[in-house]
Amino acid sequence: MQEARLLSKTPFVVALYAAFFVLLFLVDMSGTGFAELLAPAIGSDGEGSVYARFVTSVTLSAIITLGIWLIGKLQFNAQRVTVWLIMAGLFMLFFTSFDLSFEFIQSKIWFMVSQGILTTLYISVVSISIASVLAIIGAVAKLSSNGFANGLASFYTSFFRGLPLLMQVYLIYLGLPQLGFVIDAVPAGILALSLCYGAYMTEIFRAGIESIPKGQWEAARSIGFKFGLTMRRIILPQAIPLIIPPTGNQFIAMLKDSSLVSVIGVWELMFLARTLGQKDFKHMEMLITAAMLYWILSMVLEYAQSHIERRYRKG
Amino acid sequence: MNSVHKPDVAVETAVKPAVKPIVELKDVNKWYDDFHCLKDINLTVTPGERIVICGPSGSGKSTMIRCINRLEAHQSGEIIVDDVVLHEHMQGIDKVRSEVGMVFQSFNLFPHMTIAENCMAGPMWVQGVPKGEARRLAMKYLEQVRIPEQADKYPGQLSGGQQQRVAIARSLCMKPKLMLFDEPTSALDPEMVSGVLDTMIDLAKEGMTMLCVTHEMGFAREVADRVIFMADGEIVEENTPGEFFDNPREARTQQFLSQIL
Ligand SMILES: Nc1ncnc2c1ncn2[C@@H]1O[C@H](COP(=O)(O)OP(=O)(O)OP(=O)(O)O)[C@@H](O)[C@H]1O
Ligand SMILES: [Mg+2]
Repeated sequence: MQEARLLSKTPFVVALYAAFFVLLFLVDMSGTGFAELLAPAIGSDGEGSVYARFVTSVTLSAIITLGIWLIGKLQFNAQRVTVWLIMAGLFMLFFTSFDLSFEFIQSKIWFMVSQGILTTLYISVVSISIASVLAIIGAVAKLSSNGFANGLASFYTSFFRGLPLLMQVYLIYLGLPQLGFVIDAVPAGILALSLCYGAYMTEIFRAGIESIPKGQWEAARSIGFKFGLTMRRIILPQAIPLIIPPTGNQFIAMLKDSSLVSVIGVWELMFLARTLGQKDFKHMEMLITAAMLYWILSMVLEYAQSHIERRYRKG
Repeated sequence: MNSVHKPDVAVETAVKPAVKPIVELKDVNKWYDDFHCLKDINLTVTPGERIVICGPSGSGKSTMIRCINRLEAHQSGEIIVDDVVLHEHMQGIDKVRSEVGMVFQSFNLFPHMTIAENCMAGPMWVQGVPKGEARRLAMKYLEQVRIPEQADKYPGQLSGGQQQRVAIARSLCMKPKLMLFDEPTSALDPEMVSGVLDTMIDLAKEGMTMLCVTHEMGFAREVADRVIFMADGEIVEENTPGEFFDNPREARTQQFLSQIL
């Protein structure tokens, strides 16, 4: 709404145009593909000349300003879709400028999906499950009046929230064998992700549990429920619907953070992205493919997440 | 000890040995940090007695009855409930609590359980009563509070008055020896109050031992054996309902009554 009204004001549109012009003039677009399109006007050897920079910026900023002005006339949803399409188009333009080999991508993509995505999902699902258990224990310990439990739990959360995840991955994979526990890459990765996310999720669970009114505790205790029974039968059943949506967010975040375990040689998506293209010097292809796969996965999960959230908000 | 005001009882207690009290508070003191909230409280409740507690806001009424099932801890003096001394390192406070029913101002039903499940929770999970038996128990007490037809609804679907009656039934399902009420009608719309009070009067007539924090004077006159007036953390006056309302001894009581009547 605000933009739409702004865009109907001539001074604003002129200012916008001027801003784009200055920006593009400074950036110097005269060496780009766009300038080639304008060759009839500026001559093919005008690259870098003030005249060429002037002509390209004048035209390009006119096109951009016109585009924005037109989008401003659309309805909200049409605006959204248009902006998405334009941004996607720009991205495609950007990627094709790398001169990517699509045959190479095609030849590898099935392996990236079947091996990479599957491993990424597997690690994330197992880790978020373990992390949830750790988080319940951590939250209960933090809320209990037992100083021993509270000390352990707050040390745990402080430590694992205080260290970079990448460092935790290394410490577990390289450190545990020193203590005599030889650990494979996959379990080490899962352990690191579980411990780290468990620490973050402890706070989510604690907040969820604390948001249940004190009266629920008092009612349960006054009919003789002990702490554990109250937690299990009265508090958690009410807190879990509040905890599930933020846990979904953590899962989406973990999906991407699981890329860090590629450093210890787990064949998940990120590892494949780094290694598959190495032999043929097709790094960009694989990185961009993996990036797209991560993005698609996140979008699917975010969609699922918004459904779950709506369901639990209804109660 | 209040035999002065109940001559008939006094004669009896003179002959027979005194009935063993169910609750005893001896010189109980409680502080919230520096704030002295209960000051040398002495109170003896014998089985079957109905006691109404009133007094201005902040006088410590809730705190006193919450100390009786140890939802709050006292710092000095002695609280004995059914022969069990309540203290910091005691075992089995849960057992004591399961024998003392408590009804709160804000009902505190479990919103994720049906009405029947609310009533069955204690018998099943604390006392180990089988499910079918617990359900029968729940229905019996829901009938007593006159809302058996709501058994399979959720608390959110009931009016405040109905919820409070469920809360009473939930406590009764534990077959308590004593019931504590903390302003059970003060969160209710006026038209809901009488339903809950009727339930409480029924309970009194069946001989339940009751400690009620309430300002419902009609209820106090009808069922109370004693009215206790608290102010600033102290028990200021203890009297029969008739004397308390019509002929209060203490100036502070008179002042309080003139404000609420
Ligand atoms: N958890 C607490 N921490 C600190 N002070 C408290 C706490 N609970 C109660 N108090 C204080 O203790 C005093 C007595 O409180 P209490 O709830 O027992 O009063 P009350 O007589 O029940 O009053 P009301 O009629 O308003 O319910 C009040 O002054 C209150 O502010
Ligand atoms: Mg109170």
